[in-house]
Amino acid sequence: MTKTNITSSLNPVGKPLISIEPQRGWVSLELTDLWHFRELLLLLTWRDIKVRYAQTILGAAWAIIQPILTMVIFSVIFGQLAKLPSDGIPYPIFTYTALLPWQLFAFSLTNSSNSLVGSQSLISKVYFPRLIIPIASVLPALVDFAVSFLVLIGMIFYYHIPLTTRILVLPFFLLLAVATALAVGLWLSALNVEYRDIRYVVPFLTLFWQYATPVAYSSSLIPEKWRLLYGLNPMTGVVEGFRWALLGSGRVDGMIWVSVGIIFLILISGLAYFKRMEATFADVI
Amino acid sequence: MSDIAIRVEGLGKQYRIGGSRQSNRTFRESILDTIASPIRWLRGERNHQETFWALDNVSFEIKQGEAIGIIGRNGAGKSTLLKVLSRITKPTKGRVDLYGRVASLLEVGTGFHSELSGRDNIYLNGAILGMKHAEIARKFDEIVSFAEVEKFLDTPVKHYSSGMYVRLAFAVAAHLEPEILIVDEVLAVGDTEFQRKCLGKMEDVARGGRTVLFVSHNMAAIKALCDICILMSKGKVSKIGETGMVISNYLNTDVRSEYVRKQPIPKRKKLHIYGVRLLKNGIVENTFYNSGYLCLQIECEITETIRGAQIAFELLNEQDECVFSSTSQDQNGTKDVLLPGRYVFECQVNLNILRSGRYQISVASSVPNVEMLDVLENHVVFDLLDDSSPILRLGQNRRGVVLLNLPWTIQKG
Repeated sequence: MTKTNITSSLNPVGKPLISIEPQRGWVSLELTDLWHFRELLLLLTWRDIKVRYAQTILGAAWAIIQPILTMVIFSVIFGQLAKLPSDGIPYPIFTYTALLPWQLFAFSLTNSSNSLVGSQSLISKVYFPRLIIPIASVLPALVDFAVSFLVLIGMIFYYHIPLTTRILVLPFFLLLAVATALAVGLWLSALNVEYRDIRYVVPFLTLFWQYATPVAYSSSLIPEKWRLLYGLNPMTGVVEGFRWALLGSGRVDGMIWVSVGIIFLILISGLAYFKRMEATFADVI
Repeated sequence: MSDIAIRVEGLGKQYRIGGSRQSNRTFRESILDTIASPIRWLRGERNHQETFWALDNVSFEIKQGEAIGIIGRNGAGKSTLLKVLSRITKPTKGRVDLYGRVASLLEVGTGFHSELSGRDNIYLNGAILGMKHAEIARKFDEIVSFAEVEKFLDTPVKHYSSGMYVRLAFAVAAHLEPEILIVDEVLAVGDTEFQRKCLGKMEDVARGGRTVLFVSHNMAAIKALCDICILMSKGKVSKIGETGMVISNYLNTDVRSEYVRKQPIPKRKKLHIYGVRLLKNGIVENTFYNSGYLCLQIECEITETIRGAQIAFELLNEQDECVFSSTSQDQNGTKDVLLPGRYVFECQVNLNILRSGRYQISVASSVPNVEMLDVLENHVVFDLLDDSSPILRLGQNRRGVVLLNLPWTIQKG
C-alpha cells in the first residue's frame, strides 16, 4: 500500500516527535517551541496593530493625540498652576519625555494583563506556546511609541535642546520599559485567568504606579532619605534614564542596576508562575 | 514498531467539581475558601473538592495512515481526549507519544478576526493552526478557490455571510498537511454540498497516508471515513475495532426500548401500566433518526372504572432535563371514562426538533389534581441520530435543548 510508504518516509523510525506527559515540578521554558512559532508571534502582533484603530476616524493619529493631550493637561495643572519645578527644562518637553516610556509601559501592561482572557477561544481550541500571547500583546505599543517619538524629536528641535551621545543609551532604557511591562504582565495575565479581579486591579495599579514614577514631577522633589526606596521602582530608572539621555537632566546612577535586578527577578518569577499555570489555562479560562 | 503514529498509555485526566470548578473565582472567594477549609476538614467534609476522571486509564495505539473514528455519548470523554492529544490541556496521568506533526481542528475558524480581510485571516488562521508563512503562500490560491471567496478576499470577514465564513475557515484547515490530523465535529457546518466537499477532502487526507482522528456523532460520516473506531464510555475505552462492529455495539448497549412489567397487578390499583415500547413502522426499535417519527406505545390494565384519567410521558435528555411532556388529554379533554379492561395508548412523536443523543422516556398515569395512578420512571431509552438534514447538523453547534427549523422572512425598509 502506498499509504504507509508516504508517512514512514516523513517520519523515520525512532523517538516520538512529541510526548505528552503530566506536568510535574519545575518546567522548562520550551524555548525551541517558542522559536518554532515565531511567525505566529509576529502575526498576532501585526493583527493587534492592524485591528487597534479599526473603525476609528482618526486612526493611528490616536497614538500621538494621547500623549500630547496628557502633556497639555499636565503642563496646565502641574506646570502652570502647581508650578512644579522641572529641573530648568521647559515643562511640556520635560513631562512629554517621561510620558513616552510611561505610556508605552502602561499600554503594554494593560494589554498583556488582559491578553490571555481575551484569547480565550484560541487557548481552548488550539495548541501553541501560551507565552506568545502576552509577548505579542506587549509589542504593539512599540509602534505607538515610535510614532509619538517623532513628535518628541520635533519638540527637541523647537526647544533647542542639544543632543549628546547619551542618546545612544536610549534603547537600553526602552528595553527596560518593555521588560518591566512584560514581567509584570506575565504575572497579571496568568493570575487573571483564575482571578478576574485582576481586570479591576490593573487600572488602579497603573494609576498608582504613575504617581510613584516621576512622570509629572521631577525626582529632585523626593527627599534624599526616601531615594533608595523610591529607586526600587524600575520605571523610575526608565523615566530618569529617558530624561538623562535626551534632556541632560534627571539622574542615572547605580540605582539603575537595582532596577535591572528587580525586573529580572519579576521576569523570572513571572515566567515560572506562567509556565506552572499554563497547563491548566484551558481548563479554567 | 516504526509504523505507530499515536501511542496512548494509561492516560488520565482529572477535573475538580465543586470547590474550584467555578472558573472565575475571585480573590475573596479563594481567601475565604482557604480560611474555611480547616473548619470544613474538622467537620469531616473532606470531599469538598470532588473530582472526577474525564479520562480514566485510556490506552490505545494507532498506526500511521489509519483513519480512526471516536464515538460515544456526550460526556464520555471524547472531547477531553482530543484536547489532550492536541496539547491544549495536560493529562493528569499517563503519557501520549505522537510520531509526527500534529494539527488539530477542534473548531472551524479559530482565531479569525472579524475586522481583518479574508486574505489576512487566511494567513493568521494558517499560522494559528501551525502552518508556515511560505506554506500558506504556496497554497493560497488553492485555499481561495476551495472556499469560493475570490471576489471578497479584501473584504473584512465581518461582512461575510455565515456560509462564506465557514467555507473560508474550513478551506484553510483543509489545506493543512500534518502527519496526524485531529478533527472534532467540524463537518457539521455549512450546506449539504459543502459538507460533501469537506468529507471528500477529509477522505483525500486519510487516503493520502495521513493519520486522521475523527470525532463525530454522525455515524454515516464515521462509516465513510474510518476503518477503525474507538467507543468511549465514562472516560474509558469501552470498545476498539472495526468501525461497523463498534458502531452497532454503541447503538445497542443498554438501550432498552421495550419495557414489560413482570410483577402481578397489586391489589386496589385502579390502573397498572405493564408495558412501554418504542416503535418504528410497527417494529420495536432503539435507534431513530431526527427526520422521522417515533411511536410510543403504552399498555395498561384498568381494574375499575375511572373518570378523567390520563397517561402522560416526559422525554428526558442526557442531562436529565425534561425536553417536553405530553398527555393523552392534550387533545381529548378530560371527560373520558375508562371502563375496566386492557388499553393501548399510542403517541406519534415527531423527532425533528430534537438534537442527536440519547433520550429516556418516563411514563405516568394520573387523574389530574386528584390522584396518581401509576408511575414508570426512565424505563425506555432510545438513541437519536442525525441523518443528513443540513439544518439539524448545522444546529449541533448551537445552544439550546431543542432545534427548531423556523420560517424567516426578511423585508427591506
